[in-house]
Amino acid sequence: MVSLINEAFKKARSANRPALLTYTVAGDNTKKKSLDILKSISDYADICELGFPHNTPIADGGQIQTSAYRAIKNGIKINDVFAIAKKFKLSKKTAPIILMGYYNMIYQYNENKFIKKCKNSKIDGLIVVDLPYPENKSFSKKCKRKGINFIQLVSPTTSNARLKKIIKDSHDMIYYISMLSTTGGKLKVSPKKILQNYFKIKNQNKLKNVVIGFGITEKTIKSLRKADGLVIGSALIKEISKSIKKRQNAVTNVTNLVRRLKIKIK
Amino acid sequence: MKLKKGVPLIDQHDQFGFWGGKFGGSFIPETLKKPVEDLTEKFKKLRKDKKFIKKRDYYFKNYIGSPTSFVKLENLSSQLGGAQIWAKVVSEANGGAHKIYNATVHALLCKAMGKKYIVGDTGAGYAGKMLSMAAKKFGLKCKIFMGAKDIKRQKPNCDAMRKNGAEIVPVYSGSQTLVDAVSECMRYWVSNCDNTHMCVGSTVGPNIFVKICGWSTAQISRELKAQLKSEFKKIPKKIKLINCVGGGSSAYGFWSEFIDFNKKQIELIGVEAGGPKKSKLHAAPLSRNAKIGVLHGAASYVCQDNEGQINETESISAGLDYPGVSPIHCFLKDTKRARYTYATDEDALNAYVMVTKFENLNPSLEPSHAFAEAIKIAPKLSRDTIIIVNSCGDAKKDRDILKERLGKN
Repeated sequence: MVSLINEAFKKARSANRPALLTYTVAGDNTKKKSLDILKSISDYADICELGFPHNTPIADGGQIQTSAYRAIKNGIKINDVFAIAKKFKLSKKTAPIILMGYYNMIYQYNENKFIKKCKNSKIDGLIVVDLPYPENKSFSKKCKRKGINFIQLVSPTTSNARLKKIIKDSHDMIYYISMLSTTGGKLKVSPKKILQNYFKIKNQNKLKNVVIGFGITEKTIKSLRKADGLVIGSALIKEISKSIKKRQNAVTNVTNLVRRLKIKIK
Repeated sequence: MKLKKGVPLIDQHDQFGFWGGKFGGSFIPETLKKPVEDLTEKFKKLRKDKKFIKKRDYYFKNYIGSPTSFVKLENLSSQLGGAQIWAKVVSEANGGAHKIYNATVHALLCKAMGKKYIVGDTGAGYAGKMLSMAAKKFGLKCKIFMGAKDIKRQKPNCDAMRKNGAEIVPVYSGSQTLVDAVSECMRYWVSNCDNTHMCVGSTVGPNIFVKICGWSTAQISRELKAQLKSEFKKIPKKIKLINCVGGGSSAYGFWSEFIDFNKKQIELIGVEAGGPKKSKLHAAPLSRNAKIGVLHGAASYVCQDNEGQINETESISAGLDYPGVSPIHCFLKDTKRARYTYATDEDALNAYVMVTKFENLNPSLEPSHAFAEAIKIAPKLSRDTIIIVNSCGDAKKDRDILKERLGKN
């Protein structure tokens, strides 16, 4: 089976640029609006990550917390998240989508049922923030069996021995957390240092697509363009929050931002 | 699921950190794996290190003031009839509550790991106050995360923290109580784990924090065991150990030496926060049949909705106002070694009034929940039954709430 995630990286590589990955929260600030945003930004983004919001997000900074609370307050349920993803895939058949969230939501839904539902909704990958290696071994295997990419995270604190094992157990994509921070923190490490760490991971297995996330903004994205992919989340959500506050069209504003980001990495 | 004898409960977990195969674990972001592993290794070594134990015991004795007294509540007992009611007055410990044990051990660990900064969460403010005291004592810079709602209702403890030189970081997200304070503290640690040590204020959180806290508060039951022997010549035949349960650190500390006993001889009773009488909200995941979920890095019974969103809780007692509970208490519940029940806000207030009327004791709202259960069951029990309540906190911090609800103080 063709991995749409792999294809997206191939496409970006052939254009001599990193893949652009976006993160937005399902249901922020309404179900329809979040679907519209997704559809619209995917004209420029190579891979879309869709967050299923949790009200106790221990690894997220202020922007994503706010977005998640807004979505939950407006009544988003996990089945709505699947419905949004499914609708998105109906209109954008080859655009890869990754669900991202916290383990308790999956645990309550039931692991097997959750994976099955992902499959039915044509979801390409999963990121579970608080299910690290090796605790995620059995879940990640289950995902693989259903053709869903389980995306392993690595961070600056990951030891070399651990890194080797994680890479060995990873699927098509690995997510490198740029620095010690929650999402949306100010980039406190130099891009040079981040890329140095990045290549330490990349050079272990060149076949894996390694993306960098956390703290990336319009200002910093260009300096990291040597990576296979770059994830931008909090900056987009900041734009959504701003649009809501100013009563402007969030879909247009966020899309414009994603377009500008894409130009910066070309 | 079975309890092992002769092994401390904190060590009865599997290789992934689960008690009974399903409670606990370490559901943490990748960034925290390394600092958690480092801490695990360090603790494993130090708890076997004679010099470290000596240091701990020195500070427990000379700084905390161990042992705290064990007294019979004569007036309350004769007023109620039935069982004898005793109290282990842990609130005599330096700072006024059991939280000082965990805080002191964490400060010692922080020093041993060569870190200069220490952060912690707090609900009632005792965990924060004690951590700020220990930080000051050992020359560490300290930050305390506390829900904005709790800062308002537990002002005396906040004043103490500031006086000790700690910075209080108010948390405005979610319900603005302990649950949000713990989340924010963990976020801070994710961002600063290279130079900062985190102290989790109770027997909750990733596996290692449950262990460290339980290892620290276990001092309470070591003292009690000796005190029982000297008071009664041997451990009496019918004992009931009653303790309030929020996260569960004082209850574990109060019970740990007695878990191996037959429950017919020593019954363990945990009292959770039932919340206001007419409210649907509570903080009683064990006694009101919550489902298992993952909160703050561990699996336990958690007040949550069907989707896994964590419920808001409500209790007059900030220290018990938490939607999760220690995995070791879940284990004790499922193995039926301990029995869990709850007391409402009103029950706790009534108990507070009664205890303070008859005894020279001033239990905070947390142990007042335990006293409520003692008062309820004592009249039905025989004279030779010994009820012991862990009076684990002092009511000084509750001054404003008590004034508002009871119109005095």
